[in-house]
Amino acid sequence: MLETILFYLFAATSVTTALLVISRVNPLMSALWLVVCLASSAGLFALLSAPFLAIIQILVYAGAVMVLFLFVIMLIDISKEALKPRVVRFAKVVAVSITGYFTVIVCIVLWRPSFLPAPLADAAYGDVKVLGKMLLTDYAVPFELASLLLLAAMIGAVVMGKKKL
Amino acid sequence: MDFGTDILIALGKVVLIVVMVLNLIPLLIWMERKGAAYIQDRRGPNRCHILGIRLGGIIHSLADAVKLVTKGSTSTSATFHPLFVIAPMISLFVACVTVAVIPFTEPLVIGDFTFQFQIADLSAGLLYVIALSSLSVYAILLAGWSSGGKFSLLGALRGSSQMISYELAMGLAIVAIFLVSGSFRLNDIVAEQGAIPWHWNAVRLPLSFILLFTAMFAETNRLPFDLPEGESELSAGYHTEYSAMRFGAFFMAEYAHLVVGSLIVTLLFFGGWHIPFLSSATLHAHASDVLRILWIIGGIKALLLGAFLVRHFVRRKGYWGDLRDYEFLVFGVPLLLVGLALAVGFFVVGPVVLPEWASRLLVFLLQLGVMLAKTLFFVWVFIWVRWTLPRFRYDQLMRLGWKVMIPLGLVNIFIAGMMTMYLER
Amino acid sequence: MTITLQHYLFLSLVMFTIGMVGVVVRRNALIIFMSIELMLNAVNIAFLAFSRWSGLMEGQVAVFFVLAVAAAEAGVGLGIIVALYRNKPTVYVDDLRLLRG
Repeated sequence: MLETILFYLFAATSVTTALLVISRVNPLMSALWLVVCLASSAGLFALLSAPFLAIIQILVYAGAVMVLFLFVIMLIDISKEALKPRVVRFAKVVAVSITGYFTVIVCIVLWRPSFLPAPLADAAYGDVKVLGKMLLTDYAVPFELASLLLLAAMIGAVVMGKKKL
Repeated sequence: MDFGTDILIALGKVVLIVVMVLNLIPLLIWMERKGAAYIQDRRGPNRCHILGIRLGGIIHSLADAVKLVTKGSTSTSATFHPLFVIAPMISLFVACVTVAVIPFTEPLVIGDFTFQFQIADLSAGLLYVIALSSLSVYAILLAGWSSGGKFSLLGALRGSSQMISYELAMGLAIVAIFLVSGSFRLNDIVAEQGAIPWHWNAVRLPLSFILLFTAMFAETNRLPFDLPEGESELSAGYHTEYSAMRFGAFFMAEYAHLVVGSLIVTLLFFGGWHIPFLSSATLHAHASDVLRILWIIGGIKALLLGAFLVRHFVRRKGYWGDLRDYEFLVFGVPLLLVGLALAVGFFVVGPVVLPEWASRLLVFLLQLGVMLAKTLFFVWVFIWVRWTLPRFRYDQLMRLGWKVMIPLGLVNIFIAGMMTMYLER
Repeated sequence: MTITLQHYLFLSLVMFTIGMVGVVVRRNALIIFMSIELMLNAVNIAFLAFSRWSGLMEGQVAVFFVLAVAAAEAGVGLGIIVALYRNKPTVYVDDLRLLRG
């Protein structure tokens, strides 16, 4: 029962804030709503018995990535006059067609009466130790590649941030 | 136990722990002022009084609180109001919510009733603390940006970049503890250290302790890393435009962060609630003796302090010429009476044999006291450092963070890994 | 009323759609970036839901990698935006058509 209430609470928050993110004129407000959206998604992660990922989500997304976004927005500091609610041509048509397309997909998904029963619970599921073991044994190569990717991104960011190479 | 009682106990714990931390704040402000004064060879706050009672200057904190609450909040024409109001709230909220996973003592077990002095025993407790403390960047960023002033924005940019840089070093220092302790749960980390001081993480991982403690200074924005509010360059940094209780929230949050930081250092590195060399089992076994020793020490202390205060009153009679003269008497006489009562009681009652629940409760309270004493000691270290070291320059700060602390943190993880391998064979 | 896999998938799809609309419709580069983050987040929810219902931890591992990639992407992307802003002070992507000749 509590889980149901929490799911609807987090889901409603996520969707509302996601809509706010794409509809704000000022990117700063968008970024702040995105923080709320990601935090409520972290709540959903926790409901899906992935507490570690929920906390990582807050730590990495809310604590670092979004701070970076805010940082860049504040450094660029677009003046009030330059901020315009600019969208592509035929924006409404595009938005409606994308939404329509996905609505069709939803209908197809919900067509089949395949509502699964309540999820099964396993003691080891969602445990940090299990996740860590998997990352360092079965998924060791992707793990190392991820670290390489992060290193490359770091170097790339530093190079692009420099005024003169 | 039924559901209703559980919720009541949980609510009670939330209120108790948050109120405890918030009530520490005026005391810490007093500690900071007195500490600064004694380090600078002054007397510090000692004027403010209620009917002559000054409590060594603590009343000043009360006066400050009244002042902050009753003043009007100002803002400039350039402020962006919604965020301007929310920013101090975030700051204080984050500081208070972090306390939720802190265990203050071992669980109190009386019969089949278990009471844990901790709001939520999360399996990822320590990660929760890091994740939430990373959110306090928003308070600084939003406050600085929404104020609409140059100094505020500069302070905010400095503060946030400093905090995210030092978060890395903090995270690396904590990873070493994860490796050695093998758990994220704060209870496990403390229990794993035990009561013997050379098993504490501060001895096993000294580098980790130094890194974390240094990063804490940067995270709480205190000297020597208080560049976000360096008053000689930025007037007051990100809270330049704030006044009244909105400023008060930032002020309180700084001290709440101080308490949380000290609690974390105590838990992670100094054995938490453990009394050196005396494990909980030993204490339980000898509870009656412990009570007697405490009784004797308490009695002697009360007698000595009472006698000192009364003597002080007699010596300095008529110094102020008003009610303040009698302050020493107000505290001295009750203390003397309490001391006498304890002394007489000790001989009249004789040796006491405590029942099971009483000995458990005694150990519980004793450990709570030890935990708070350790925490206050680290708060004092924070204050001590603040009034001793000069401020870093900004490039020095960044160089220390990125080029010294992060490599050291990596080395530290390596050492911790080797230690784990060696210990486990 | 219990929460089933479909609930989570539906939520994920809605969030993905919102992100997609944001990417396609908006012209502010920063908001386009944030919409991409939204889409990644929606995918994460789907991964975790599938993982939870199938009882396999692989989904969580995937989410872990998505988070790492998202962090890398944000670092590089914001670097690009700052570099672009230095050459031409605008964040609107349709003003940045210097390569069109």
